[in-house]
Amino acid sequence: MRLVLPVLYAVVIVAVLPLLAGYIVLMERKVMADMQARLGPMRVGPHGLLQPIADAVKLLLKEDIIPEKADRLLFWLAPLVSVTMALLAYAALPIGPAFQIADLNIGLLFILAVSSLGIYGIVLGGWASNSHYSLLGALRSAAQLVSYETAAGLGLISALLLAGSLSMRDIVIAQYDQGMWFIFYVPIGFFIYMVGSIAETNRAPFDLPEAESELVAGYMTEYSGFRWSLYFLAEYANMIIVAGIATTLFLGGWLRPFASFHDHLPGTPIELLDALPSLLVLGVAAYCFFLAPKQPVKIQKLVMALVGGLCLAIAGILAGSLFASPAVLQGVHGAFWFMAKVFAYLYCFLWFRFTFPRYRFDQLMRLGWRFLIPLALVNLITMATALLISREWGWSLRITSILAIVVTLAVAMWLAKNDQVDSAVPVAEGE
Amino acid sequence: MANDPSEKDSASKPPASGAESKPVAPGAPVEKPAVPAAPAAPKAAAPPAKEAPPKPVPLDNELVQRLKARFGEAIREATLDRKQAIVTIAAEQLREISRYCRDDEKFDMLVDLTAVDWPKREKRFDVVLILYSFAKNERVRLKAHAAENEPVPSVCEIWPAANWLERECYDMFGIVFEGHPKLTRILMPDEWQGYPLRKDYDILKQDTDWVRENLGIESGQ
Amino acid sequence: MSDPRTTELSNVSTTVLGADEIILNMGPQHPSTHGVLRVKLKLDGERVVDSECIIGYLHRGVEKIAEHRSYQQFAPYVDRMDYVAAVSNGLGYCEAVEKLLGAEAPLRARVVRTILTELQRIASHLLWLGTHALDIGALTPVFYCFREREEILKIFEKYCGARLTTHAFRIGGLQYETYDGFEQDVKRFCDDFTHRIDEYETLLTENRIWVGRTKGVGILSAADAIALGVTGPVLRASGVKWDLRKAMPYAAYDQYKFEIPTRETGDTYDRYVVRMEEMRQSRLICLQAIENIPAGPIMARIGKVLKPPPGEVYHSIEAPKGELGYYIVSDGTTQPYRVRVRPPSFINLQAFDKMARGSLVADVVAIIGTIDIVLGEVDR
Repeated sequence: MRLVLPVLYAVVIVAVLPLLAGYIVLMERKVMADMQARLGPMRVGPHGLLQPIADAVKLLLKEDIIPEKADRLLFWLAPLVSVTMALLAYAALPIGPAFQIADLNIGLLFILAVSSLGIYGIVLGGWASNSHYSLLGALRSAAQLVSYETAAGLGLISALLLAGSLSMRDIVIAQYDQGMWFIFYVPIGFFIYMVGSIAETNRAPFDLPEAESELVAGYMTEYSGFRWSLYFLAEYANMIIVAGIATTLFLGGWLRPFASFHDHLPGTPIELLDALPSLLVLGVAAYCFFLAPKQPVKIQKLVMALVGGLCLAIAGILAGSLFASPAVLQGVHGAFWFMAKVFAYLYCFLWFRFTFPRYRFDQLMRLGWRFLIPLALVNLITMATALLISREWGWSLRITSILAIVVTLAVAMWLAKNDQVDSAVPVAEGE
Repeated sequence: MANDPSEKDSASKPPASGAESKPVAPGAPVEKPAVPAAPAAPKAAAPPAKEAPPKPVPLDNELVQRLKARFGEAIREATLDRKQAIVTIAAEQLREISRYCRDDEKFDMLVDLTAVDWPKREKRFDVVLILYSFAKNERVRLKAHAAENEPVPSVCEIWPAANWLERECYDMFGIVFEGHPKLTRILMPDEWQGYPLRKDYDILKQDTDWVRENLGIESGQ
Repeated sequence: MSDPRTTELSNVSTTVLGADEIILNMGPQHPSTHGVLRVKLKLDGERVVDSECIIGYLHRGVEKIAEHRSYQQFAPYVDRMDYVAAVSNGLGYCEAVEKLLGAEAPLRARVVRTILTELQRIASHLLWLGTHALDIGALTPVFYCFREREEILKIFEKYCGARLTTHAFRIGGLQYETYDGFEQDVKRFCDDFTHRIDEYETLLTENRIWVGRTKGVGILSAADAIALGVTGPVLRASGVKWDLRKAMPYAAYDQYKFEIPTRETGDTYDRYVVRMEEMRQSRLICLQAIENIPAGPIMARIGKVLKPPPGEVYHSIEAPKGELGYYIVSDGTTQPYRVRVRPPSFINLQAFDKMARGSLVADVVAIIGTIDIVLGEVDR
């Protein structure tokens, strides 16, 4: 009986995740288009809403091409490894207080370890393609991932110090107990983790191994059709995982803003701030209804209205749970806040992709090893010191952490100035 | 439109009659085979215009005088056409004259190197170099006549810009540049036969050649 | 006929391939070579040891065609060489033939020509900026640049009916009068344009990643540039303050005040800065010109049948890519005897080897982009 709920959750995740990843791709294309002063997918379904379905169908129907001299077993295995590891990491990720497949007491370590295993999928893919450019691209990708994972991990530890436990659930509860999201104690740690996670998921500006305009083709070149879509799914699943980790560790997980601030509506057990989600979604619904008559085409009007209706329904659920039992309230609202924060983090990923040019590989590695890792170490040391001081001498953690931040910032500026992230080629050499 | 300040140096003598460009392959040593008969034909051929129609006149400014003093006979002719200076030189001396122009006369940029085909002339190709001096803001054109199979000295070591330009001349006209590091075709495919910009090369010829070669019959064009 | 260049591995250089060296081919079809350009790189690990550009994939025999067309008939062909900046090509050709004829376009025509040519310069640089940024990985500026370019192309379309290969000018002047609202359109564009350029600069100029990708990449010294015959923004970025619009003014450029942006080092970043500043200067020229377009005829009286007296002329202009020259030889008939186009992209591309040697493979794409070539002009 104890297994029913986790299995149910697992099935939900495996079923929903590909669809979700597809719609995140659509969201990315729409956001990209908006930033580039254009509309994005509009044809397939109203406002392009059926685009992911069309893409999925196309990919499934594509001819499965395997290079002649490729190692068939590895070629088949590589994307599988990537996807499996990416999906496996969801086992310990809490999407709300009620939705977690397994509350491991080493939850965070498990997720990080499993995500690292995903790198095998990349290297195997590059090797199995039997093209030395693919192999080079895969090795580069792997090197990049490993370097930035180190930095990201170090950034995480600085928040872990405050939490005192590796269990994902306990980390969120620690933020509740301390009354403040950890990002306010270790913003630099958050920044390091964010940069590290962008590089870990091969996103711009660190996407040299994947870029089309570069000479060395990436590990995905020889893959087409369904196999490629597996890699793609793995990449977006990884993105959600790192967003989930960041949310859990730095942004308070499923906690609403001001979670420890219990201000009740007079005479009821309903807390004011708990009304926020439904109000927000209501606002979105109102916006949809406002936009609906302005759409040029009838079916788009219809879809806008439907989306508005959907938002209304969600707002209703959110409001309704206010009157249900605390467990339901926690579950539903927790899931809402968690997903809102994950989407905000992902939006930043998209934003950076379309704003910054790409780093060259040697510049990327230099940035990772000579700026980010030293900074992460310094951050860790200062944070640990701050924690120690506040525990031993009784100073407020907020004050000591601000001091720690100042010191770390100073070091960061010194590192940035010293580190010339420019062309690796002095002209005099090699001529 | 004052584009060439050579007009400030113009000192025209009464138009020399005979100096027709024809055959004297004035100085331009081998630039490209077949320098077309220099357009130094001062004949007012035709177009009636309200003002006097532009026509080339002989030129004897300081630059020309210094060149003549230095190279003597290698400087075959100097004209001013549409206010632009053209010096026709002996092809054999091209490299020396170029070096002198670059170093002493400060024509440090090779603007263009090309050829014109005058098939009826004995030395059919006019190899044309256009030089520019930053210091003096002045252009000069050097012209050399070359015959069909006569190599022309390459000026690559004087102006590296000449590398691809000479390759193009070779490709289009068949003019061989002696001393060029790697004279191969540049625009046409490597195994192309024939030199497209010659006047006797045309689509009809290409068609008859191809048909004869591939179909074994005479083209019906 | 099969092209042996694709099958044989001709030597990049005549030296023997060392044990660690590989030859990498950026084939004629490649997203970043801006056309059908083939680049063969000899690499030692990541470093480029030698390079060879193989061109001619777009050779259309324009110079041969010219010998069989009348002067006016040839004018539309020149647009197709540098198809990104067709108006400039037309300006160069028309002015060259006018010189050959000994005629001059009336002042009004020259002023309108200046305005359109400067707008075309902005459009050409915008396309360069968008594609160059795209190659380096900035996905967004290309859309903004094309949005601005669209405005310019709309003006061209209203003026002469075509957006890309405009054939805007005629020998002797202009065929079309400026349309009603021409000045307003140009003014509106120029007014908008400043904050657009500021937008691009915000995205790129101080961006650490952009600077890191472009500073120190593809350095060309001034002496090398002059020796290689390089002209245009590439030369100015290397430190030579030279612009044909000031050195040998043509059209109506001597009437307007503008600066010539120059930089010192000659790396990719400098070329970027020079072209950005050139766009601003072009905008200034347009603003000055539309203040006062003189009234008058738009066409010189040169007759319908053009038979320039025998002779030759070389006339060049400062095209967006460099010095675009026309060397036209006339034998007195209605068809030119020889038209030689001095293509800036062809000559600038020669400098690629000098710039790319010693740099990393990932920089090759940036270097090709920074020279700003259009294969139509390289191959003609």
